[in-house]
Amino acid sequence: MSKSITTRILSFLFAFLLVSMFAFAQDDGTTQGNGTTDNTTQTGGAAGGLSDNADVIAKGEELFNGNCKQCHAVNAKVVGPALAKVYERRNIPWLINFIKYPQKTIESGDAYAVALYKQYNQFMPNHDFLKDDEIVAILSWVKKETDNPTVAKTPPTGEPGTPQNPTESNSGLLVGIVVALATLLVVVLAVLAMLGSVLTKYLAKEKALSEADRAILEQKVEWGKILTSRGFVGIVSFVFVALVLKVATEALVTIGVQQGYAPDQPIPFSHKLHAGQYEIDCKYCHHTVEKSKHASIPGPYVCMNCHNAIKTTSPNMDLIYKAVENDEPIQWVRVHNLPDLAYFNHAQHVKVAGLDCTNCHGNIKEMEVVQQVSLLTMGWCIDCHRKTEVNAKGNGYYDNLLEMHSKYSKQPMKVENIGGLECSKCHY
Amino acid sequence: MSDTKKFYWKGIEELTNDIEVVKYADKEFPEHLPIKDSFGDNSEEVKSNRRDFLKLMGFSVAAVSLAACDTPVKHAIPYIVKPEEITPGIPNYYASTYAEGGDYCAILVKTREGRPIFIEGNNYSNVTFGGTSARVNASIMSLYDIERAKNPTINGKDTDWATVDKEISAKLASITQSGGQIRIVSNTILSPSTKKVIADFIAKYPTTVHVTYDPISSSALLQANKAKFGKAVVPSYKFDKANIIASFGADFLGTWISPIEYARQFAQNRKVNKDKKQMSRLYSFESIMSLTGANADYRTPIKPSQEGLVLAKLYNLIAAKAGKSTISTADVKIPYLEKCANDLWENREKALVVSGSNDVKLQTLANEINEMLGSYGTTIDINTPSFQRQGDDAAMSTFVKDVEAGNVKGVIFYNCNPVYDHPQGASLAKNLSKVELRISTADRAKGETSSLCTYNCPDSHFLESWNDAEPKKGYFSLGQPTIMTIFNTRQVQQSLLTWAGITTDYLTYIRNFWKENLFKLQSKESEFELFWKRSLHNGVFEPTVGEGYTSLNEASATAPASIDLGAIASEIGSEYKATNSGVELVIYPKVLIGSGAEANNPYIQDSPDPISKMTWGNYVSVPLSMAKQMGFVNKENKATTATVKVGNQEFNLPVFIQPGQAPDTIAIALGYGRVNTDKISVGKVANEAGGVNMYPFAARGSEVKYAQFTGVSIADSGDWERLATTQTHSTFMGRETIIQEASLAQYQKDEKAGRFFPHISGSIKGKRKPTDVTIWDVSSDGYSAENETRTEYEKTLWNARRGIKADIHKYPNHHWGMSIDLNSCIGCGACITACHLENNVTVVGKKEIINRREMHWIRIDRYYTSEGDGLEERDFDKLAQVVENPKVVFQPMMCQHCNNAPCETVCPVAATTHSTEGLNQMTYNRCIGTKYCANNCPYKVRRFNWFKYYNNNEFDYHQNNDLGKMVLNPDVTVRSRGVMEKCSLCVQRIQAGKLKAKSEGRRPKDGEITTACASACPTEAIVFGDLNDTSTKISVLLDYEVEKGRAYNVLDEINTRPNVWYLTKIRNIDDEQKKA
Repeated sequence: MSKSITTRILSFLFAFLLVSMFAFAQDDGTTQGNGTTDNTTQTGGAAGGLSDNADVIAKGEELFNGNCKQCHAVNAKVVGPALAKVYERRNIPWLINFIKYPQKTIESGDAYAVALYKQYNQFMPNHDFLKDDEIVAILSWVKKETDNPTVAKTPPTGEPGTPQNPTESNSGLLVGIVVALATLLVVVLAVLAMLGSVLTKYLAKEKALSEADRAILEQKVEWGKILTSRGFVGIVSFVFVALVLKVATEALVTIGVQQGYAPDQPIPFSHKLHAGQYEIDCKYCHHTVEKSKHASIPGPYVCMNCHNAIKTTSPNMDLIYKAVENDEPIQWVRVHNLPDLAYFNHAQHVKVAGLDCTNCHGNIKEMEVVQQVSLLTMGWCIDCHRKTEVNAKGNGYYDNLLEMHSKYSKQPMKVENIGGLECSKCHY
Repeated sequence: MSDTKKFYWKGIEELTNDIEVVKYADKEFPEHLPIKDSFGDNSEEVKSNRRDFLKLMGFSVAAVSLAACDTPVKHAIPYIVKPEEITPGIPNYYASTYAEGGDYCAILVKTREGRPIFIEGNNYSNVTFGGTSARVNASIMSLYDIERAKNPTINGKDTDWATVDKEISAKLASITQSGGQIRIVSNTILSPSTKKVIADFIAKYPTTVHVTYDPISSSALLQANKAKFGKAVVPSYKFDKANIIASFGADFLGTWISPIEYARQFAQNRKVNKDKKQMSRLYSFESIMSLTGANADYRTPIKPSQEGLVLAKLYNLIAAKAGKSTISTADVKIPYLEKCANDLWENREKALVVSGSNDVKLQTLANEINEMLGSYGTTIDINTPSFQRQGDDAAMSTFVKDVEAGNVKGVIFYNCNPVYDHPQGASLAKNLSKVELRISTADRAKGETSSLCTYNCPDSHFLESWNDAEPKKGYFSLGQPTIMTIFNTRQVQQSLLTWAGITTDYLTYIRNFWKENLFKLQSKESEFELFWKRSLHNGVFEPTVGEGYTSLNEASATAPASIDLGAIASEIGSEYKATNSGVELVIYPKVLIGSGAEANNPYIQDSPDPISKMTWGNYVSVPLSMAKQMGFVNKENKATTATVKVGNQEFNLPVFIQPGQAPDTIAIALGYGRVNTDKISVGKVANEAGGVNMYPFAARGSEVKYAQFTGVSIADSGDWERLATTQTHSTFMGRETIIQEASLAQYQKDEKAGRFFPHISGSIKGKRKPTDVTIWDVSSDGYSAENETRTEYEKTLWNARRGIKADIHKYPNHHWGMSIDLNSCIGCGACITACHLENNVTVVGKKEIINRREMHWIRIDRYYTSEGDGLEERDFDKLAQVVENPKVVFQPMMCQHCNNAPCETVCPVAATTHSTEGLNQMTYNRCIGTKYCANNCPYKVRRFNWFKYYNNNEFDYHQNNDLGKMVLNPDVTVRSRGVMEKCSLCVQRIQAGKLKAKSEGRRPKDGEITTACASACPTEAIVFGDLNDTSTKISVLLDYEVEKGRAYNVLDEINTRPNVWYLTKIRNIDDEQKKA
C-alpha cells in the first residue's frame, strides 16, 4: 500500500513540475512592450506676424525638424544661414519660392539669392514637396522661436516614456505563486513522511498484529524496484521525450529568426551619433519611408548634404568618396530580413498607421551598431495587429468603418477588426 | 439551356464522346504522369529508384540543416546618385508606343526600379483607346530575351560600332560613287521622323530606294484605293458607326490591320443595356474559323476559290437595288448572302463591307459596294487614312528580281526578315550573295536574313528606344525608352543617321522634327518645350489637322484611275470557281503569333489560340468531312500526321479538325517553322514551337496570295503525334447552363431572356430555387436583424443590395466583384498574357501542356454550339451537320471567388480562406499541396505547381536566367514546386490602391483599382470594382442586371455564390431562322 502511495505522490509531483515548466515557457515570449513616445513640446502662442496659432506652430516645428534642422538653426549658422528674422529680411512669397526652388531662384539672377549663394557656395536642395501653407507654418515657428525662444530642453534622461512592462510583473507574481505552492507541497510531503514514520513506529510496538499486517509493516521500500518499475520508466521516458520535443520545436521555430542580429557594416555608421546625439530625424535619411514599401537605405547623395560642410574628412568619409569616385555603391548589410513570401509595406505602417520607427526597430538612438530588436516572425506581426488600434481618426478612408465598429462594439477598432489578420493582406 | 434546343461542346472529341475524353473527364490529368527530371538539373537521364531516393533524402536533410545553421548575408545597396524620379518600391509609368511592323498600340509602361515589367493600354489614345493585345502585352518579354543579338557583328563575329560604322560608311560611299543601287528594305514604318531619316539617308546616297513590304500583306487594298481615290492607303474604318458589317475573310477582330482599334469600335455597337437595346449585326463569309467569324451573327463557310464570285454576287445584289448595272459572273449559291445584301441595303450609310483578300479585284469590288451603300464619309473615312499597312508587293517583287539580276549593290534590311517571311524568300536567300554590301538590323544575329548578311547592326528593343508614330493621319504618338539598352545595340535610326554622316542623336532629331512639323498643328502651348513635355507625358498628340497638312507617311497622290468593272468581272470569272473539286489551301496569320517575328516569346507560344486552343507549333486544320473521308484521327492523345503536298513541295504536320471550316479546304498558319539549323538560330522557344514555314506557299506566280486553289493534296502519313491543345482540359461535364444566351429580339422582349433559373420541385415548401436550400446560414445575411436601425453606410451596404448579398460573410469595408460581358468578349486572349505578366504565372512548355499542366490563371473557354431539330438528342449521324457551321461563345473563366467556396472547406491546412473583402485567398506558404481544393473546384480554375519552373533547365522559358527574371513583378511571390495557385483578383493591385487611398485620407475612386485582365481588355468586357460602393460602375451595372437583366453566376444551381458575374450573350439573329 505504501508503495502505491509513494508512487502516486511521486507521479503527482512530476506532473506538477512538468505542467508548471510549460506554463513558464509560454510566458517567455510575450514580453514585447509597446511604448510610444510623445516628443511634441507644448509651447505658448506666438504673437502677430505669420500665424500665432499654436497648432500651426507645432506643425511648423515638426516640419522644421524633419526637413530643415539638418542644415539650419534659428539663432546659429550651421550649414546654411541662421533663420532668425528671415521673414523680415525677405517677403513671404519670395521665401516660399526660394525654399521650393533655390537653385532656380539663384539661376534666375535674383540678387539676394546670388549673394547668399556666394556666401555659402552651395545649393540648398529643392523643397518643392512642401506645400505653401507648410512653409508658412515653418516660418511661423521660426518667428515664434525668434521672438520667444524655447528654453533649451534638458536632454531627456533615458528613453522618454520608457515602455512599461506589465507582463514582467505578471510573470513575477506567477513565479511567486508557483514557488509558494511548491514550498507548501514540500511541507505537506514532509509532514506526511513524518506521520508515516511515527505511525510505523507505533505499529511496530503493537504486538497483536496478524502475520499479514506485520509483513506489510516490515516491508521495505525497495527503491531499486521503483526505479525499474514500468510506471517510473514510463514517466521518465515521457519527461525525456517531452523535453527533447520542446527543445527541438523551439530550435526549429527559431530557424531564420535573427533577433539580435547586428552585422558589421562596410562603413561603421553610428545611429547613436546621428539619430541620437544630433537628433537627425529618421525620415531625413530614410526618406522614402512614408511613400514606399521600402524605407530605403540612403546613398552617398544624402550623406553629402551635411558632410560637405561638417566633418568633411575622416577615414570613414573617405570610404564614401571612394564609392562615389569608383561608381561602386556601398554594400550595406541588410539587418532586417523578411522572407520573400511576406509583403511588408513601410508606408502603410508609418504614414497611414502613424507608428513610430522604434515600435519595430527598437531604440535606434542608442545603437552604435544597428541590431534587429524584434522577432520579425508572423506571430509577432499578428500579435501587434491584434493589439494595435487603427489610426482611423481624420482619415476619410476609415470613416464608415469606424462608425460601424463603434455601433457594434465598445472596444476600440483594432487592426484585426478590419481584416488585419487575413492571409492575403501580407501573402500574395 | 433547358428551354432551347442548343447544346454546347468544346471540341469534336467531346461531341463524339471520344473514349479518351470520357475516360479522363472526371480526372484532372490523364492517367500517365511522367515525372521527368524533377530536380531540374538535367544531370543525366536518371531512373529514380529506392536507393536514389534515400540518397537524396539524406542529402536533403543534411542540406536543410546546413542551410539552417548559416544566416545568409543579404545586402541593401542604395543608389550612388538616386535618379530623381525613382522611389524604390514605387512603380513609374511612362507613356510610349508599340509599333512593330504596322501593328500599333499606344501603351503605358510600368517600370519598377528602372526595369519595365508590365504594359498597359494608354487611355488617352483615340486609336487604341487603352486596349492592348496579347502580342503587345507579351512583347515586354522579348526585351529580356537572352538570345537577342548582343553586339554588332561582321560575318558573325562580334565587333564594335565604330568599326562597323567606318566600314559601312566607306562601302556605301564607294557604291554610290560607282552608281551602284542601294535598297533599304523594311516592313511598314509608322514613324514620320524615321521616314525623314530615310529621306536624309537617300539625300546622302541618292541611288537608295526604300522598299516596303508586309509579311501579312494588304497591298491589294492599298492598290484598290489608289486606283479609286489616288491614294494608296488604308482608310479609317468605323465599325462603331455601322449597323450591318459584312466581312469577307477580313479577320478585323483578330489579325486584320488594326485589330485593337477595330475590336474596340466593334464592341461599342455590340454592347446592350437597359437604355440601348440595339446592336450591330455581323455577317462573315470566310474559309477558316477566324476570330471575326466566331463573333459573327451569321457566318457562312466558303471555299477560297469561291470568294471572288461571292463578292461579285453581293455586288450584283446591291447594284440591282441601287439601279446600277450588274456584272456578269458565274452564280454561286451560299446561305445568308441575299439576307446580307438586304440588310446592307436597308442600312445604307450605316453599313460596312470589308474584304481581307490580297486580290486587287476583290478589294475594288468591296470599294464599289461600299460606295453604293454610301459608306464613304459615314462608316469609312478615306480622308483620315490609316498608315498601318504600307507594304507594296509589286515593289518587293521588283526588288527580289533586281537582286536576282545582280542589279543591287547594297541592301539594308531594316528590322525585317524577308528570307523568312516573304514568299520569295528562297530566291532572295539564293541570290543575296550577289549583293556586295548586306546589312541587317535584326535582333537575332543568326536569323534567317541576318545570317546571310555581312553586317548585323542590331536595333534596340522598342522599350529601349526613342520613336514616334503616326498610325493614322493626324494621330501622333511618342515612344520613349523605359530602360537603358541592355546589350550593345543601337536604334536603326541612329545607325542610318551615322552612316548618312549626320551627327545629331535621334532624340534631338525627333524633337526637331516635332518642332518643325507638329508644333504648329496646335495652339494650346506657345512654347515648344511645354508642347514636347505634354506630348511625352500623354504619349499621344491628336490635333485636328486641316487640309493643308500632309503626312510623311502618305505617298504622293495620283489621279484616280478609271475602273473597268467588266474586265474585273471576266478576270474573276476565270480565276474563281463556283465549284472546285480539288483540295484548297488557306494560309492565315494567327491572333497570337501574327507574322512570327516574336516567335521566341514564350508567353505567345504558351497561350492557346482563341479558336483552336492549340499552343506551340502549327498544324493543318481540316473540316470534319475531310477527316472522315481520309480517316484522320484527332484525339487528345493521338492526332494523325498528314503529308501535305503543295505544288512540288511536301511536308508533314499534325491534323486538327476545325468545326466550321469550309469543305475541301485545309488551313495552315503563318509564323512557325523557325527551327534551328546549322546556320540559323532564332532561339530555343521558337525552336520548341517548331512547325512549318508557310510563307513560301503564300504566292501565286509573283503575287502574294494567301490561298492555293490547285495543286494541293493531303494524305495520311501513317504517323501520329500528341497535340498541345487545351481544348478538352477542364471539361464542363455537360452542365450546359454555364453559357446563357438569347437573340436580340428575345432580349428586347425580356431582358432576362436566355437566363437559366434552376428550381427544385417537390421540396417541403414547394418549388424553390436551389440557392434557397443550403447548409450555410443565408437567411440573415449574417448581419443584423431586419428591423434594426442602420447607419447610412450600412443601408447602402446590404439593405438595398439583396441581389448580390454575401451570405455568411461580412464585407464591411470593400466587396470586390467582377462582371464579364459575354456579348463584348471577342476571345482575343489579351487578358491571358496580361494576367501571366502581372502575376508571374509561369510558362510550362509544350510537353507539360500535353500533360494538362498549363498554369493559366484565366482561360477563355470557347464553346461551339449548334441547334436545330433533332440535334439536341446528340444523334451522331447528324454530326456533320452540327460541325459544319457551329456558332461560338467565348467565356473567360478564372477563380470565381465564391462566397460559399467549395475549395475553402476542404483545405486541411486552411491555406485557402475567405477575406473580409470578398476574395478567396490563396496562401502559398501555407499550402502543402494536397490538391483537395482543385478537386473540389467546380470551375476547375486551380493550378498546381508540379515543378519549380524557374531555375529549372527543363523549363527554359527565360525564367532560369537573371535577365529573364527581370520581368517578374516584385510584388507577387514566385510560387515554388508543390503549391496550388489561382486568380487572386490581382490582390497586389487592390492593396496598392487601398494604400494610396489611405495615404491620401479618402476612399478609393472607381477605376483606380482594376485587375490586369480588365485593364488589358480592348473591348471593356471585364468590369472590376467595389460592390459596396453604390456609385461604382460595377455596382450600377449589377444592381440592375442581377435582378432585372442579364447578369448570372456560372453554376448558380450549386449555390457557390460567386463574386464574378457574367452577362448573357445576345446574338443579333432573327428568331425565324431557328425554324429554318
